[in-house]
Amino acid sequence: MAIDVETVRKVAKLAHIRTPEDRLAPLAAELSGIMQWIEQLAEVDTDGVEPMTSAVAATLPMRDDVVTDGGDPEVVLANAPLRRGDFFMVPKVVE
Amino acid sequence: MSDLTSLTLAGALTGLRAKQYSSVELTAAHLTAIEAARGLNAYVLETPDRALAMARAADEKIARGEAGPLEGAPLGIKDLFCTKGVRSTAGSNILGNFIPTYESTVTANLWRDGAVMLGKLNMDEFAMGSSNETSAFGPVINPWRSSGSNAALTPGGSSGGSASAVAADLCLGATATDTGGSIRQPASFTGTVGVKPTYGRCSRWGVVAFASSLDQAGPLAKTVEDAALMLTSMSGHDVKDSTSLPVEVPNFADFIGKSPRGLRIGVPKEYRVDGMPAEIEQLWSRGVDWLKDAGCEIVDVTLPHTRYALPAYYIIAPAEASSNLARYDGLRYGVRAEGTVLNDVYELTRAQGFGDEVKRRVLIGTYVLSAGYYDAYYLKALKVRRRIADDFTAAFGKVDALLTPTAPSAAFGLGDKVDDPIAMYLNDIFTVPVNLAGLPALSLPGALDAQGLPLGLQLIGRALDEGTLFTLAGALEKAAAFTSKAKRWW
Repeated sequence: MAIDVETVRKVAKLAHIRTPEDRLAPLAAELSGIMQWIEQLAEVDTDGVEPMTSAVAATLPMRDDVVTDGGDPEVVLANAPLRRGDFFMVPKVVE
Repeated sequence: MSDLTSLTLAGALTGLRAKQYSSVELTAAHLTAIEAARGLNAYVLETPDRALAMARAADEKIARGEAGPLEGAPLGIKDLFCTKGVRSTAGSNILGNFIPTYESTVTANLWRDGAVMLGKLNMDEFAMGSSNETSAFGPVINPWRSSGSNAALTPGGSSGGSASAVAADLCLGATATDTGGSIRQPASFTGTVGVKPTYGRCSRWGVVAFASSLDQAGPLAKTVEDAALMLTSMSGHDVKDSTSLPVEVPNFADFIGKSPRGLRIGVPKEYRVDGMPAEIEQLWSRGVDWLKDAGCEIVDVTLPHTRYALPAYYIIAPAEASSNLARYDGLRYGVRAEGTVLNDVYELTRAQGFGDEVKRRVLIGTYVLSAGYYDAYYLKALKVRRRIADDFTAAFGKVDALLTPTAPSAAFGLGDKVDDPIAMYLNDIFTVPVNLAGLPALSLPGALDAQGLPLGLQLIGRALDEGTLFTLAGALEKAAAFTSKAKRWW
């Protein structure tokens, strides 16, 4: 399916990637090319096929619901672009 | 002392234990070689002080008779592995000067066994690429050149830095990762040995995530034995990765030298594609003959859904990537763009921090997961993935391993495919099906083409049957007697 400029604008918004107006049309063409190539999957008969959601058949292990790590704000904040005290600093979220 | 960098990992370990040289000498020789080879752009960070400190510690352990299996061996680490206190970038600008406060399990296992870290290796951004050209640090150059040409060739990708470093003797072996072929295709392009183990064999903890249901760590090495030594150390169950398999790790080197007599080898007809150079066909036939001579039985098999693996992959991998890469928001680590409201910070950070190919894949992934398209694309791809895995299951009812070419071409020129995403994706046509099915596969060099460039053969095995791959690879390595090295020009 061809992807139009409006769809790219919407998807870029969903993906939180600011995309300048003049990039929308070239991206629409690029992504359409890729998606058209992907369309060939429609040829495969997948009626009654169970989707494969993991690479190996294994049940996820359970563990005790206890704290195993943490309690070290210095480690957590070590790479913070901006911090104050033991908190990450971010721009205002609500007015 | 002759050039210590030309040793294999196995050879170097023998020499270290026999005290023919120290780890400090061995490490220093590699550091000098790395400095002289900066033009290859294989390392994005050299860590000489740490390397020499680790080498001194290794020498002390060897002196005390407490040497681990890899004691004193200098290795390179793909920059997708988080290394405590050492900048880790995943080849992206968005991570900036990220310095992990923890160590990936795979690298921790290597240090436990005595290995020495030389530095961090260049790669495609977030491992998305087949030519290393999407790296924020610029492309890696392949030490191999076409005969009579000075044109720069790609070492492949995404583990291009690892492959170039091993091929140019800038380490005794390197860690790498493989989501759709990122260990095996570079191995094929650089005349090195690469192993993508069974999904779950190596812990993914501390490895920057690209597509979590496909990502696996593995070694790039000079020989089959070296790859076995590294994989034995890298593997193992890890409670910190819930998909890591709670199974015993055999000593993979023990499988080399075993007789492959009686093993049944499948040759899948779907791995013969239009436009594939005749030399690759010829090498494949020769590989079949080598295994036949070694006593294997050759069986024609069919993997009918092979051609749908790439398009399925290009839904599944971007979908997982769009989710995994949502964490790069500029708030907790990495680079943050200035903005007065929170959404501006998110959008500008990601616009400035991600390169074009990463953006392209995040957008595709977001699109195929978005309301109204999820069933048509994502769910469809997961069903096709099952079909592909079922093809392998059926084939492994008849055979013990498969033999195929690793890549549909030899190394190509930098810039040749960078403007055509689909042409670039097609490079992984023989490697991607294995990731979708979670199986182990190994690439080893088989011959040089007419241009003097290496070509690889790929062995694919049953889940958790890396041992058989090492037995077969050992036999092929012996028969191929591939000893060529890139002629030094750098």
